[in-house]
Amino acid sequence: MSMILYIAIMAGVTYLVRMIPFTLFRRQIKSRYIRSVLYYMPYAVLSAMTVPAILHSTGNLTTAIVGTAVAVILAFFNKPLILVALAAAASAFITALII
Amino acid sequence: MKKDFLKGVSDGLPIGLGYFSVAVGFGIMAVGANISAFFAWLISASNMTSAGQAAGVEVIAAGGTLIEMALTQLVINLRYSLMGFSLTQKLDKSFSTPKRLLLSCCITDEIYAVAASQKGRISASYMAGLFLLPFVGWTGGTLAGAVASQLLPEGISDVMGIMLYGMFIAIFIPAAKKSRPVLLAVAIAAVISIVFRYLLPVVGTGFAIIISAVASSAVCGALFPVKEDDER
Repeated sequence: MSMILYIAIMAGVTYLVRMIPFTLFRRQIKSRYIRSVLYYMPYAVLSAMTVPAILHSTGNLTTAIVGTAVAVILAFFNKPLILVALAAAASAFITALII
Repeated sequence: MKKDFLKGVSDGLPIGLGYFSVAVGFGIMAVGANISAFFAWLISASNMTSAGQAAGVEVIAAGGTLIEMALTQLVINLRYSLMGFSLTQKLDKSFSTPKRLLLSCCITDEIYAVAASQKGRISASYMAGLFLLPFVGWTGGTLAGAVASQLLPEGISDVMGIMLYGMFIAIFIPAAKKSRPVLLAVAIAAVISIVFRYLLPVVGTGFAIIISAVASSAVCGALFPVKEDDER
């Protein structure tokens, strides 16, 4: 099977899945319930993606736990995204050097 | 307009850095499956999705059929339909049909989450800016991984994987701190996600995320309907 064909199918399906609702759906949703569900959705998505995958993200449970704890604390004090992300990686790296 | 674009670029920086590290892993994986560096790059540039691409490479490595490839991508990436649908409620008037056709390819988990958690509506310039560095990071990381898998010292590339999640935490923790209902949404989604990961691993990552997020939002939407002025 030609590689180009595989990639074309992959990219085509992935594009359509993204494009169809994004382009075709134009009206504002009136239902208060649906709007409420959509309000909570991004936070629920982020949480589902992060937990528990973050604990497996460094290949070592201890460094991942330290990185997670640092991220949670900094996020709790409303630090910027990039700072929280870098501090999580830096603290996991330092932990790996120590253990 | 230019301000929106630059704000997008700045918000996209942590995503881009995180993507770079994850993409290095993808590049190494693709080369391991006998895919050339060019094709690995082409897959990343035309797909922009980690789980879908990893599954796609598995299908290619196994010599699967094109139908199998299409179905795999459909199932794993179906969450982007939901995210795209959700985002349509946040778009301002600058999103003409051509811009929607073009910018729909920007929808990834991370870009969606950052865009959807903005206050107020978002413009096409903001979304384009937000996409820039993640695209550069994702494609550049893939190429770097494919060409020179030893590019980064091992200790560093190991811990770079945590950056994306650190960024997610920086988005949902402050929101959960401010709002009890958001805290509940975050907690329910986390619990369901843990159950899928450790008790029902047979459900793939894509579906596990969809089910966790939809179930949690559906419950919180029913318990705590938002008032007009709560909406961003």
